[in-house]
This record gives sequence, C-alpha cells and structure tokens, in this order.
Amino acid sequence: MSTAASFVFDPERFMRNGAGGHGARLGLSYHAHGPDWVELALPYDPAMVGDPESGVIASGPILSMMDMATSLAVWLKLGDFRSHATLDLRVDYLRPARPGRTVIGHGQCYRITRAIAFVRGQAHDGDPDDPLAHVAGTFMAPEGYS
Amino acid sequence: MLPPYADLLGLSIDPEDEDGCRLIMPFGDGVVGRPGFLHGGAISGLLEMAAIVALRQALEGEGGGRIKPINVTVDFMRGGREKPTYGSGIVTRLGKRVANVEAAAWQDDRATPIAAARLNYLVIRE
Repeated sequence: MSTAASFVFDPERFMRNGAGGHGARLGLSYHAHGPDWVELALPYDPAMVGDPESGVIASGPILSMMDMATSLAVWLKLGDFRSHATLDLRVDYLRPARPGRTVIGHGQCYRITRAIAFVRGQAHDGDPDDPLAHVAGTFMAPEGYS
Repeated sequence: MLPPYADLLGLSIDPEDEDGCRLIMPFGDGVVGRPGFLHGGAISGLLEMAAIVALRQALEGEGGGRIKPINVTVDFMRGGREKPTYGSGIVTRLGKRVANVEAAAWQDDRATPIAAARLNYLVIRE
C-alpha cells in the first residue's frame, strides 16, 4: 500500500504548522479552500498601516497574502507539495481596504505546465462581489511540477 | 517619514546613501519565508516602500501631493538570503495625475538584483 498515493495536501495544517516567519508576523491564517483555490485571512493591525492619515493598510501585506494564497493553491491543484518560487506577481489595487476590516485573499491556480504554474486571485474585506485587489502571477518549480 | 508598515518590515533609510532614498531591510524572523530565505511578500514590501520614498521626494520638489497605488508588478530574480537587503526607487515619469516608478532590491551587488518592480501611482496634487 502506498502512502504517497493517499497524501492530500492540507492547507489548513500547513498554515497552522509550517507558516511562521513573515506570514506569522502579518497574522495570516487559513480561511477556506477548494480543489484549486485557497482563502487566507489577514486581520487588521495598526502596524500594517501605510497611510497614517487614513489608517488604510499598506499594499505590501495584501501582496504577501496573495503570494501565499496562490502558492498554496498550486499545491492543492497538484495534490502535493513541491518546492517552487514566485516568478512574478501583479497586483491591481481596485480600492483601499477599509480600516478595521479583516481582508480575505482568494488565490486560485488555473493551469500547471511542466515547469510553470499560472495563478490569479482577488482580495475583499467582507463582500466578495466588491473586491479591493486583483492579482495575476506565475510560479516556477526548478525540478518541475510533473 | 516612514509609515508603520515600514517598521513592521524593520526598514530604515540607509545613512550611507547620499540621496537619502535607499532603504535597508535587515534579515529577521518577521521577513522569513521558507527557512533561510526572505519571503517574497517582504521583498515586495521593501520595493513598494522604496518606490514611495522616491515618489514622495520627487513630489516634494513640485509642491507636494497625495499618492494612491494603482498597481504593482514584481519580478523575482533570485532567492533572498540571510543578509541585509537594499531597496531603491526611481521615478521614471511624474505626470500631473499619474506617476510611473521602478524599484529594485539587491543584497551583495546592485547589478544582481533579487527582485524588481514597476509601480503606477495616482497623484493628487495639493
């Protein structure tokens, strides 16, 4: 009996056990997942403010969350953990996040080739139909995805 | 001068830089991704802060104003290792309503960046 065949990548466990460092500093946590997507939660923290006048958080923490959510989504679609690195990530900031609100980041992997995984996602602060950011990017696996 | 988010990343303005635009991010627990490497999000945060410092400085020379991020595209070229990272921004165009900024992050040598970004900002003149 092969244990490898029954292995299922669990993003909730990964975020609980394996994600210290920068993710922990931002307070990032697991929110939900599906076959090729993951949602993470970024709670409001005055330490993340980028514009002291308005209290709006900086764009960097949102990019960090979307980088992690889309990375987890690749492993979910793959069904396995694979060492990979972000090749590029573009973020469109549709509107500022509302001060005090938790931001939810939805990352999806929509295509995996031998070497490259293609991802996209949105972030919102309560209403998924009113996103505050949209992202698109790619990951590369040095030893390949397949 | 720098917002709270810059403190979260541990950023400071490099005192050895004559233009006062170059930022330093020390390596530490708060900016680690996979063990031994910088988190891509922390590198991106450094790039965005470097872009904002450069843009604010350019705007001050023209009477000041507020800025809002429109978008950012980050290219990751090399893994960031356990050492200080430098970040610097260049305003490629400062228009009436929009500014185009480029930023680079490097460790040992500016000629071998670990990441680079293109950023667009909406400018609201005072």
